[in-house]
Amino acid sequence: MEKAESSALKEIWGNLLSSPRRIYETAFRSGAPKTDRTRSSFVFGNVFLHLHSVRTHIWSLKWSTTMGLGIISTAAFLITLVTGILLMFYYKPYPDVAYQSMKDIHFVVPTGRFIRNIHRWAANVMVIAVILHMARTFFTASYRKPREFNWLIGWGLLVTTLALSFTGYLLPWDQLAYWAITIGANIAQSPREITDALGITQYFDIGGLQRTILLGSDEVGAEALIRFYLLHVMILPLILVMLMAVHFWRIRKDGGIARPDDADEIVGNEAKTSYPVFTEQPEKTYHLAAIVKGRTPAVGSGPENTLPSMPHLFYAELGVLMLTTFICLALALISDAPLKEIANPLVPENPAKAPWYFLGLQEIVSFSAFTGGIGIPALVWIGLGLIPFLDREKTGTGRWLGGPGGWNLFIWSLLIGFGASVGIEAFAIYFGWLREWFPDVPQLAITVINPGTVLTAIYAAYSIYVVRKHGSTRAGAVALFTCFLCGFVVLTVVGTYFRGPNWEFYWTPSDWPGH
Amino acid sequence: MTTKPGKEASRFDPEPMPRRDFLGLAALGSAAAAVIFSLFGMLRLPKAAVLTSPSKKFSVTLPDTLEEGEAFIPEGRSVAVFKDAEGVFAISTICTHLGCVVASRPEGFECPCHGSRFAGDGTVTKGPAPKALPWLKVTADGNRLQIDENEEVPGGTKV
Repeated sequence: MEKAESSALKEIWGNLLSSPRRIYETAFRSGAPKTDRTRSSFVFGNVFLHLHSVRTHIWSLKWSTTMGLGIISTAAFLITLVTGILLMFYYKPYPDVAYQSMKDIHFVVPTGRFIRNIHRWAANVMVIAVILHMARTFFTASYRKPREFNWLIGWGLLVTTLALSFTGYLLPWDQLAYWAITIGANIAQSPREITDALGITQYFDIGGLQRTILLGSDEVGAEALIRFYLLHVMILPLILVMLMAVHFWRIRKDGGIARPDDADEIVGNEAKTSYPVFTEQPEKTYHLAAIVKGRTPAVGSGPENTLPSMPHLFYAELGVLMLTTFICLALALISDAPLKEIANPLVPENPAKAPWYFLGLQEIVSFSAFTGGIGIPALVWIGLGLIPFLDREKTGTGRWLGGPGGWNLFIWSLLIGFGASVGIEAFAIYFGWLREWFPDVPQLAITVINPGTVLTAIYAAYSIYVVRKHGSTRAGAVALFTCFLCGFVVLTVVGTYFRGPNWEFYWTPSDWPGH
Repeated sequence: MTTKPGKEASRFDPEPMPRRDFLGLAALGSAAAAVIFSLFGMLRLPKAAVLTSPSKKFSVTLPDTLEEGEAFIPEGRSVAVFKDAEGVFAISTICTHLGCVVASRPEGFECPCHGSRFAGDGTVTKGPAPKALPWLKVTADGNRLQIDENEEVPGGTKV
């Protein structure tokens, strides 16, 4: 009796002593990831890592395939997530109080200003990286079957990223914030430009409804700030994270990064020479390869030019993550995030500028609110979403500008995109537009015919010409995408550097009156 | 159940729709209906029945020194009040383009945000503004003026 008791106690003691090891073993069932096989099991059995396939094709690991832009976007998002949560310790979403809390973060909170700078820079890096990532996917035609749906998810991620940035721009409640939110809310209201012209606003006021729901009031005030705060810290990040999960999952389910059909011949048989495929004889592989159906890369025989994701892919990803962090920290040390005077509803900033990535939009908004703020962006957005469903050609998938036309077409499109946008801008700046020539022109005419729509029409006409010339949808898509990207850059640069007080054109800020 | 001659129902005939399928579909349908109805309920939430907005009516007395063509901006309001030989009138200084506050200049109004210009009577002369600046209702009570920012009057109405 006594003996049984003491042995039971002994057992508990022994279990207690071995519990750390047992906890480790139950958490990581496949054991220490020391061989290719255990590493593969480790990747496969880990909820975070299994978004990667166990083995990665050498083509996908090449720097020129992706340039790491997806990982840069993700890394920048993670940085904004961490710094954003830190800022939430002090930020209070109420008019005027919000501004005071920003001042506190700047001047009282230890590291507060640095954290805010990092947050701001990481958000900017994220916007740039997401746009470049989209361009990479487009120019390598990686959106094609079976990746069409993932392009759509990325399409949603782009919009969510921009919305996150814009809602964040408003939170400091300084002059920049207040007038950006005012302009943004009135862009939401701008369908009235059409309904007013048609005389149906009193029956069908979609613009007014959008504005009221966005602001929660007739005015930009406490209701609006709490709504943007809620969007910025809760609703949009949740949407973003969900879309990201689907996006990553689909990369794996769609067979990894897109590569050309002859990728194996191009990379040769590097895999066997650069790294041993197996460091031990596989005992059994069926629990990795045979039971799971679908697009799981086989582990065991390695006919393709693949390398184990761990460590090859993970080191690459970690490197990009560290580089992104370094860039954000360095920028945060060099340059402070702006904080202007407290919001004043009676005196707008002059010039009142949106965040830089919206200055291209602000430029076309300055021709017509509805066309520039809703019409053309919606058109571009729908066009982007349709790309994989219109271009169903085969040639050039996975290669930079691999399809018909190639680099020549790209350079021509760049020239035309640049020439047309600079030309139309110069024309509008120098000669003015319809209102200045015919003061009584109806508003609907300006909404339909303005520099923004003319530019869009030129780009569309050029790409239709390219489609006919090359007999290829892809060629037309390359032309149109390149033109719009180029136009976006040109308009953004004009809006950023060449617009001064009253949105007048100035060669340099030193020409601004009052300087 | 009445049976027609020659088409007698047999218990060996397959049911048109198995009962389990029917019950399953009915359950799914009611669950979907519940979700849709609750979604509509939630969609109703963001638009409050009463919106918080400060009063748009205010009273003001013009200074005696106000010259013809010179704008008087009442404190805290986006309204320009003018006085000439025919009477007093008020023009809203909120740009009809995207809601910035326009500045009053001798030659009219100019908007700092997207470069719209307006003549002295509020009509658009340049830029993206779709409509003229609205004239606001002014009621005179001796020297005291009452102005309602919510009520527009046709251009040219002076009191």
